[in-house]
Amino acid sequence: MPPPRSPNPAKAIYGGIPEQPPGKLDGQLLSFAEDLRNEGVAIGTSEILDAFEAIAHVEWGEQQSFKEALSATLAKSADDRRVFDLVFDRFFFRAAEAQAARANITESPGSNGPNNNDINLDTLRQQIAAALRDGSDDALRDLARLAIAAFGRGEGSGVLGVDVQRIRRALGLRTEPQPDLPSDDPRHDGLPRDQLRKFEQHLRRELERNLIERTASLPPKRPLNELDRALPSGPIQDLAAVHKVVAQLKRRLATQGHELKGHNRHAHVDFRRTMRASLQTGGVPIDLKYRPKRPRRPEIFVLCDVSTSVTSASTFFLSVLHALHDAFRKLRSFVFIERISEVTDVFERERDFRAASEAISRDAGVADVSGYTDYGRVWLEFLTTIEDELHPRATVIVLGDARTNGRPPRDDVFAAITQKAGRTFWLNPEPRLYWNYGDSVIATYEQHCTAFECWRTDQLEDFVKALTRPDSP
Amino acid sequence: MQTEAITPQSPQELAAGLKQVGYLPGDSTALVSFLAIKLGKPVLVEGPAGVGKTELAKALASHLNRTLIRLQCYEGLDEAKSLYEWNYRKQLLRIQVESQQAGWQDVQDDIFGEEFLLPRPLMTAIASEEPVVLLIDEIDKTDQEFEAMLLELLSDFQISIPELGRIEARTQPVVLLTSNNTRELTEALKRRCLYLWLDYPGLEHELEIVHLHTPELDQAIARKLVEIVHQVRQLDLKKPPSIAESIDWARTLLLLGSGDIDQATFKETMSVIVKHRTDLDTVAARVGVTLQPADASAA
Repeated sequence: MPPPRSPNPAKAIYGGIPEQPPGKLDGQLLSFAEDLRNEGVAIGTSEILDAFEAIAHVEWGEQQSFKEALSATLAKSADDRRVFDLVFDRFFFRAAEAQAARANITESPGSNGPNNNDINLDTLRQQIAAALRDGSDDALRDLARLAIAAFGRGEGSGVLGVDVQRIRRALGLRTEPQPDLPSDDPRHDGLPRDQLRKFEQHLRRELERNLIERTASLPPKRPLNELDRALPSGPIQDLAAVHKVVAQLKRRLATQGHELKGHNRHAHVDFRRTMRASLQTGGVPIDLKYRPKRPRRPEIFVLCDVSTSVTSASTFFLSVLHALHDAFRKLRSFVFIERISEVTDVFERERDFRAASEAISRDAGVADVSGYTDYGRVWLEFLTTIEDELHPRATVIVLGDARTNGRPPRDDVFAAITQKAGRTFWLNPEPRLYWNYGDSVIATYEQHCTAFECWRTDQLEDFVKALTRPDSP
Repeated sequence: MQTEAITPQSPQELAAGLKQVGYLPGDSTALVSFLAIKLGKPVLVEGPAGVGKTELAKALASHLNRTLIRLQCYEGLDEAKSLYEWNYRKQLLRIQVESQQAGWQDVQDDIFGEEFLLPRPLMTAIASEEPVVLLIDEIDKTDQEFEAMLLELLSDFQISIPELGRIEARTQPVVLLTSNNTRELTEALKRRCLYLWLDYPGLEHELEIVHLHTPELDQAIARKLVEIVHQVRQLDLKKPPSIAESIDWARTLLLLGSGDIDQATFKETMSVIVKHRTDLDTVAARVGVTLQPADASAA
């Protein structure tokens, strides 16, 4: 615990929420939650209350318990969990350091622990290797400080990563076996990779701590790297906004499930429930009870162009596909360039968006020779594979720019598809201004379907409204 | 059969207790389970298939000396199968017997009593005299409508029956919901739960688990086995091997009396851990070849 300190709002570590004077932990936790929110984790007040309740039951001595208690109450999906870990490390490290810097606490070498000169380097090497093998996190942290005291003296190179590797090499820590060492040395058989990485993290952290002490200032808060968070990366300009809309879309589709049902005129009488209701009228079935109408979610076929002319849009499309996949039970997705390929199972298998799009680009095998979209061939292939399964309740959604590269558009085949399906929508990632210029033949197709321009997120929402509107033709 | 219920005082105590009944919890597993008992909140357990999500509930029940009530979810599960149903046949009988003598009001009051209620798992858990462990398995398989129905139960531990009124929990059940993450659960549900992400255990941890279940297996073989399983999980498989499959494999090796895992043994027994045609090929090509050939030691 940090030493008590007179309340001073000007010294609040992060702008947002002022620290609470007496019980400072509350303020810290709140601003931690605020930090999480800023990184996109949805945290409600009830969750914060839960967190407070939870930490009352754990021991704080061990950092792990404290962290687990918080994460169990605050981070509620695998993705959130990943963000939580990163933010937790960043936040509490900075908080502790800021506190120490304000209170002018520094660790002068030799003030605690053994004097530097007394450290036997070989013993230290052995100790660290043994700790790595046995995997005690707290011991590792302490040993990391000793290692820095022993090997990392002075200003260092100024680049933390370089210093970390220098110390690691000096300690002779490697993952591969080192047969020339005596067999009782823990390093003889190589060290576990995960442990070694953890040790490096400790080293890095301690070095950073030293740096803060020397310079008496906190380095600027580093925003979480997008890569760290394993979010999909792509050429689309405003990926974050897309994800927000897609998330809303998911919710909306989920709640609008009931509106998606078709007209169900002939209901079936539920005998059991009718009899039950008749008890109220002395066994005479006056009220007929019907089988509940299941919300009928339309069967959707999505065809998505993934060729190079729509590269930036296909990321967008694929994430939309991904979102749709969660919301509809019967959704079959296809990707196409010159040929068509069903990717429904990819989405069923992969929950993570990035993994899904990688799997698609790897296995779908939709490009043939040229890599240019061939709509005519795609319609034909789609019709032959799926003809029997199209029915008037099916909805077909095409995502593509309708640029045929001079190949025959075969709108007759497309018309056949639209006739078989109940509804057909076309989403075009190009602004309406460019439609029908050059090799774009959207007008030909538009005769048979409803076309939407869809290159902004609000247009996507318009489309979703149209899709979920129950009384469409 | 019921002895007094146990309330653990610390996560460590709970971990030790779970270990006694044959379940080796990770640090966070023990801690979150402990919090669930202390705070009386449901736990949402997510993770890949076969990491012991359902086992955790069983182990908790057996350690805490509580009955385990299990609701297996599936598409189309509804209230009548999960909460309660009126036993309308019995109600009809009652009417026929009584309607001659008794007045209408009496009969009506009569037939909507608890006597005519058929409790289903959720109701049983709520109404039980003894505290229970309630396992709602594979919640991601149900519809979102069902999730919404669970909300009342999960936050207030009560069920509203229109004809009867509210039934409140007599004891505080420990509730575990498991999900294989095939569908994103609603925010509302998540908000009411503690969250536990169970992943495949680390090498040492899994070794301990295997050792706990097959103590007779030689340590060196067990280590090799776990190492191979970890290697296999690294591959891009349709279905990576679960912990249960590691244990099965250990038992298989024990039965066959294998002294070492060499190429031949691996080839014969790998179907225990890998269960897809294409996966078998991948594993054989990527992992099998790294092992010692069988005749190397013999020759």
